[in-house]
Amino acid sequence: MSKSHIKMTINGRSVEALVEPRTLLIHFLREDQALTGPHIGCDTGHCGACTVDLDGKSVKSCMVFAAQADGSEITTIEGMAAPDGTLHALQEAFREHHGLQCGYCTPGMITRAYRLLQENPDPSVDEIRYGISGNLCRCTGYQNIVKAIQAAAETLSAPKEAAE
Amino acid sequence: MTIQTPPSTERAEKLQGLGCARKRVEDARFTQGKGHYVDDIKLPGMLFGDFVRSPYGHARIVSIDKDAALAVPGVVAVLTAEDLIPLDLHYMPTLAGDVQAVLAHEKVLFQNQEVAFVIAEDRYAAADAVELVEVEYAELPALTDPFEAMNEDAPLLREDIKDKMEGAHGPRRHHNHIFTWEVGEKAETEKALADAEVVAEELISYQRVHPCPLETCGCVASMDKINGKLTVWGTFQAPHAVRTVASLISKIPEHNIRIISPDIGGGFGNKVGVYPGYICSIVASIVTGVPVKWVEDRIENLSTTAFARDYHMTGKIAAKRDGTITGLWCHVLADHGAFDACADPTKFPAGFFNICTGSYDIPVAFVSVDGVYTNKAPGGVAYRCSFRVTEASYFIERMIDVLARKLNMDPAELRIKNFIRKEQFPYTSALGWEYDSGDYHTAMQQALDTTDYRMLREQQAANRRAFANGETRTLMGIGVAFFTEIVGAGPVKNCDILGLGMFDSCEIRIHPTGSAIARLGTISQGQGHATTFAQILASEIGIPADQITVEEGDTDTAPYGLGTYGSRSTPVAGAATAMAGRKIRAKAQMIAAYLLEVHDDDLEWDVDRFHVKGNPEKAKTMAEIAFAAYNQAIPGIEPGLEAVSYYDPPNMTYPFGAYICVVDIDVDTGVTDVRRFYALDDCGTRINPMVIEGQVHGGLTEALAIAMGQEITYDEIGNVHGASLMDFYLPTAVETPFWETDHTVTPSPHHPIGAKGVGESPNVGGVSAFSNAVNDAFAHLGLVHTEMPHDHWRVWNTAHQLGLHK
Repeated sequence: MSKSHIKMTINGRSVEALVEPRTLLIHFLREDQALTGPHIGCDTGHCGACTVDLDGKSVKSCMVFAAQADGSEITTIEGMAAPDGTLHALQEAFREHHGLQCGYCTPGMITRAYRLLQENPDPSVDEIRYGISGNLCRCTGYQNIVKAIQAAAETLSAPKEAAE
Repeated sequence: MTIQTPPSTERAEKLQGLGCARKRVEDARFTQGKGHYVDDIKLPGMLFGDFVRSPYGHARIVSIDKDAALAVPGVVAVLTAEDLIPLDLHYMPTLAGDVQAVLAHEKVLFQNQEVAFVIAEDRYAAADAVELVEVEYAELPALTDPFEAMNEDAPLLREDIKDKMEGAHGPRRHHNHIFTWEVGEKAETEKALADAEVVAEELISYQRVHPCPLETCGCVASMDKINGKLTVWGTFQAPHAVRTVASLISKIPEHNIRIISPDIGGGFGNKVGVYPGYICSIVASIVTGVPVKWVEDRIENLSTTAFARDYHMTGKIAAKRDGTITGLWCHVLADHGAFDACADPTKFPAGFFNICTGSYDIPVAFVSVDGVYTNKAPGGVAYRCSFRVTEASYFIERMIDVLARKLNMDPAELRIKNFIRKEQFPYTSALGWEYDSGDYHTAMQQALDTTDYRMLREQQAANRRAFANGETRTLMGIGVAFFTEIVGAGPVKNCDILGLGMFDSCEIRIHPTGSAIARLGTISQGQGHATTFAQILASEIGIPADQITVEEGDTDTAPYGLGTYGSRSTPVAGAATAMAGRKIRAKAQMIAAYLLEVHDDDLEWDVDRFHVKGNPEKAKTMAEIAFAAYNQAIPGIEPGLEAVSYYDPPNMTYPFGAYICVVDIDVDTGVTDVRRFYALDDCGTRINPMVIEGQVHGGLTEALAIAMGQEITYDEIGNVHGASLMDFYLPTAVETPFWETDHTVTPSPHHPIGAKGVGESPNVGGVSAFSNAVNDAFAHLGLVHTEMPHDHWRVWNTAHQLGLHK
């Protein structure tokens, strides 16, 4: 099968590659780019374990061909911490509030929550629950995930308030 | 210079031992995408395996043509049963004493059964080739209704064992019959029913569901032909048992097999069994000489590996008019699918279903279970419960409500009247279990008080009046459930799997600088063992939990154990951890005595050190003792500080709890809102309250899924329905309610630290609470029992049949 030439930015790094047109973005990330943070849970777009941030939107990377992501900017869970290794407030909050157990949904969940907080920095509980409803978790019952996202929202908005 | 020893409370706090809400050590890697799951493994030259599966529920295989598939670039081989027969691997033993086809030979017995295994250089080429393997089938009549399985004219499913009328659990009386299992006093129970003032009778079905962990099953098999060693990384809940089984099946000596369970993305019982994908990957690696990966997709997971439940339970409960229960009778028709691959201890073909007398002092009982074959996927695992305990608990908790309806008694009151009393423990049930401890009345009263149960019933009465007057179209239901789990399998005298006693183990090494590593025979799938077992040990040996590494899942390094399922890790491996810790402490005491120049008996353990009795400042800390163990010759004592414990539990543990659920049902849409859910759990000594609460939240959410929507069904020709996440219900954060948790503490008298296990309790108790609530909403309109799952359609239909849509 002839291959397509693609270029994109992944976690701030420029990437060029040749891919089969049918290669899914999740397989490209996991198998060609060794970014195994995003996981495969269903292959049908329901579970959200493969969620990445693509051009400012939460995207289920099992539903996108790598070729469709040509020219895009992608952030995965591996790009969530600061370059100096400081964890993102969401990463800290998930640990602090026991928002994970087996860890399989966690990268997708945090990546989704990151975009949710970009869109709505001060979400209500219902807005959080609705906002993460594309991401399934089988372990936690969501309650502590919601708590973690609320806590991260507070942390992220705190410096701004202090500056005012 | 005098250094004041910090007070013991302060030192104990620093250990982060038993009882504290220690943050999880696992989370650093999981929150940064650095978990290491099976599908993350990538080895040089690794090939991918993928299955050709049967489109039919029951059919004869006429021919298989591999040519077109083999012509696909990148395809290395296509295995069929014909290739496995010379190796005697076309069938494999199941955990239940049956055999299961690895690749279908001559006929297929369920839709999506494994027919051929394609091995290719990448997953895309394998998928292409799967489409090109041409299999010609001749369809046969399918059997999908278990109630028809033993009809005279029922189709013969298992031709491979048609003449074998002595099964693993006694005689088979029909070609589709697997076993009959009976427990209890039949004649006395029948007499109790005949003499009873009141008898409540009901058929309670528990539908076929699936554990559906977010990560599916998979493995990477790697045969090193130079040194003869087979390494298999896989989603295994019982790595040591897999090693032994793999050795017995493959004839590879056990020391040349290394099984590794890396991070596991949830198990819930799905990852206990041995599946054809594992065998095919191992064979493929042996044949090709390179590593082979197989990871199932979601549809394969839901339709082929490890269903749960599918129990059809007919119950009769005898009582006096005042509500005193006098006897319980139960017959179960168990649909095991095409092969009996049920994951139970050998002597228990229906698991611990005989815990079905529940939390009640029932003087006499009788249970019989008939297992049958149908054209459905094999399995029968314990989905977040101990073996068949959720079925048993659901059965008794529905039966109690059915009886309460018949007696016109409050279901909470009826339960309280029949509870085993605190002073009766240890209590031997009519069906033979010795309940170790419990205080059911206190737990139930706390639940009723906290939820203001009386007020809830008053609200419900007002709601019913308003409904009758046409002021509302919503009905309020209150579900009361009380459960007793039986976990921690189990005593080797009566619990084994394939002849392997169900003990568990812990090995501890203390390092010279006073930190430690502990290895266990269990394997976490999200339970947080690396966090909580370090806490048990910190309290036992006085080394801070942060300085203790807990490692599991590598059979080359971990001591032999039977793995993690049935809430057995804390009751069995947790006990082994405490016992190994005590061995460490015993040796440490001898070393301290030498260092302090006193007799062993003159020393006292004090949080993290031994001090001379009456002189707390004359002490040696565990860190000092550890260093001494490695740096000086102590007369009569071997160097080093290590211990291992293999723990054979004297009894099971019996966690219990009281759950109360309030629902509001829109009778015109069938939509059921959970207004409130209160869960009181008593799991004995609490190791880490944060982790316990997390387990309860998760278990309740799985109970919600089962009670309100999960179901895998088959049509009359054997097509499986509900086997993708399009149809199979996994609640999102929107449908999942807020969980209120509470607890009492009744320590297990025989467990070294009094812990009982908790991970599965909320599923066991939760399902009944939801179902009782839905049934209760319609109780005043004459409803006695309606089947799960209580999805919108079924609930609407219940309302319709009760004439609410006129």
